[in-house]
Amino acid sequence: MQAHVQPLSEVLQQVRGYIYPNEVELHWGLLVVVYPYITGLVAGAFILASLERVFNVKEVQPTYRLSLLTALAFLIVAPLPLLAHLGHPQRSFEIFLTPNLNSAMAMFGFVYAWYLMVVLLLEIWFDYRKDLVLWARGEKGLRRLLHLVLTLGARDLSPSALEFDRRAGKLITLIGIPSAFLLHGYVGFIFGSVKANPWWSSVLIPIVFLFSAIVSGIAMVLVLHLFLSLVRRVPIDMACIDKLASFLLYALIVDFSLEMLDFIHRLYEAEESIKILSQMISSQLFLSLVVLQVLLGTLLPMIALAVVSPALRTHSKVTVPDELRRWIYVAAAVLIQIGIFSTRWNVVIGGQLFSKSLRGLTVYKMELLGLEGFFMSAGLLLLPFLVLYLLVAVLPPWLDAEARPGPASADA
Amino acid sequence: MSDPLPTDTHPVQTDRRTFLRKSLPVALAVASMAEADPPDATKAAPEPQGGSEPDQPRRYNPSEHYYGMAVDPGLCIGCGRCVEACKTENDVPREPFYFRTWVERYTAQADGETTVASPNGGIGGFPPIKEAGVLRTFFVPKLCNQCANPPCVQVCPVGATFTTPDGVVLVDHEYCIGCRYCIQACPYGARFLHPVTRTAEKCTFCYHRIVKDLVPACVEACPTQARIFGELRHRSSPLSRFMRFNNIQVLKPHLNTKPNVFYANLDGEVR
Repeated sequence: MQAHVQPLSEVLQQVRGYIYPNEVELHWGLLVVVYPYITGLVAGAFILASLERVFNVKEVQPTYRLSLLTALAFLIVAPLPLLAHLGHPQRSFEIFLTPNLNSAMAMFGFVYAWYLMVVLLLEIWFDYRKDLVLWARGEKGLRRLLHLVLTLGARDLSPSALEFDRRAGKLITLIGIPSAFLLHGYVGFIFGSVKANPWWSSVLIPIVFLFSAIVSGIAMVLVLHLFLSLVRRVPIDMACIDKLASFLLYALIVDFSLEMLDFIHRLYEAEESIKILSQMISSQLFLSLVVLQVLLGTLLPMIALAVVSPALRTHSKVTVPDELRRWIYVAAAVLIQIGIFSTRWNVVIGGQLFSKSLRGLTVYKMELLGLEGFFMSAGLLLLPFLVLYLLVAVLPPWLDAEARPGPASADA
Repeated sequence: MSDPLPTDTHPVQTDRRTFLRKSLPVALAVASMAEADPPDATKAAPEPQGGSEPDQPRRYNPSEHYYGMAVDPGLCIGCGRCVEACKTENDVPREPFYFRTWVERYTAQADGETTVASPNGGIGGFPPIKEAGVLRTFFVPKLCNQCANPPCVQVCPVGATFTTPDGVVLVDHEYCIGCRYCIQACPYGARFLHPVTRTAEKCTFCYHRIVKDLVPACVEACPTQARIFGELRHRSSPLSRFMRFNNIQVLKPHLNTKPNVFYANLDGEVR
């Protein structure tokens, strides 16, 4: 109890203006920032995968399976920050058993289960089934057993069976795109539908979340693809990377336009909350919103991508050497990750730094240790990469591992 | 902490009860004494579930009531006794971050600025105002507005917070998962997470008292009767009477939460 109260006393000293007494405790902390960040990566990586599958963008094919596995790795971790944040995690299953159908949050279990079971796992299974059978034929021991189990007994490699796999995969991707939109749009809706909070209450929030999700997903897969190519010492497919960078730029432009629209709309309407929100942006949120989210996380990478990627120009490939271009892409993608994480921070934490009395500002004191602390969140952000490592070991996503009836390299 | 929720739906004999209720406005002082210590208060209490006798008279039937509260800021002297009484009655943590009710002091300056303060929720009163140029000051008691269209109930993912038939928004502490979405959804800052139970907490209108025909602790403790509690749908109740004779407002009406806590002659600065 004392450990809980001490930080609140410190917060009380730093409150400016008037906040309701119950607002001294900030309720959704770093863990709730991590959650939309992770689900955004899931949705974004999946939408990138569907580019190849549905829209036949051949250049990004080398990243197709990696995108799916990235989405799965992050999706497996996605509920953990929520679970750790609950006051009674042991009661979380009540969301499935007795959901309040009027609650946006109650839909979490169903959206999550749908996306995991119906979309991601099925699509990955159909896509890998042929390879699982072929790999198992050339393997021994535990690996063979694992791949055999993963085929679920469906070992038919006849042309009609493979054709069925292909068509099923395509159908699932078609269902998957609106599902990915649903997954992350719904996360945005959880915030956007809180009418009590003028910083959150906006119909644009789900759409902004969605496009920022696409941005973060593409940027993440781009970095992973480059990194894994480096580790595996295979030549980098510049056409693929250039295409990824182009899509990244397009998504970034749409995302930024929507955020600006939201910003200008608020400024122009100038409702009663405008004064306190302006104060918040120029003080508490200046670093995370103006510097990290807008300048470093959006404008700088946008300019860099516009200059070096072939997205806006057709004859640009000669101007910047491949090596330099790759480094610029990586730098831009890392900056974008920082920017998108800041976006989540600014929505979640920013929405709680001002009082609903619109008369004061409070501060967020991040803990280091404990369930809601910094290290817990850092661990949860690293965990998907560990999961991805295991997934990649079991299901190598490389084009050269595909359909090769021999043991695949799993050392990436 | 327990909120007895009577589940009895047997038809009840209400004659004596109705008589008591209707006699309230006759003489407010007498009636309030009668309410504080009704002759058969123990019989009027709902039996613990399971141990009921079939012909027990006057079981509490929530569908016969619809409660509300009116606050007259003009009468509030900022003594903070209501906040103190609430914390004592409901075992609310004493730290200054957890309140089911609190009192705000508004200080209107001559330059048009208004400042608000609520040190320790108003417990122990307010410090004297030192600055010059003060136009006027007034106190506003705050509590859960027991909305008829409650955003907190809408967002609860498991239905742990709910509205009773008698119009009170309660939390089932055995069921709440502690996600805090209700705290975010409340426009009035009326909810908090109990640091020990790790579940959502809020004003219950002292539900354990009102089902025994007692008034909430804050109403009982108020020395100036700045809080009027009672039946909203009985024309003869003190609350209805108060609402007939005063200019009534609610907090943040634009959010369409339909509060059942009403304020008389509320200043436009109050949010």
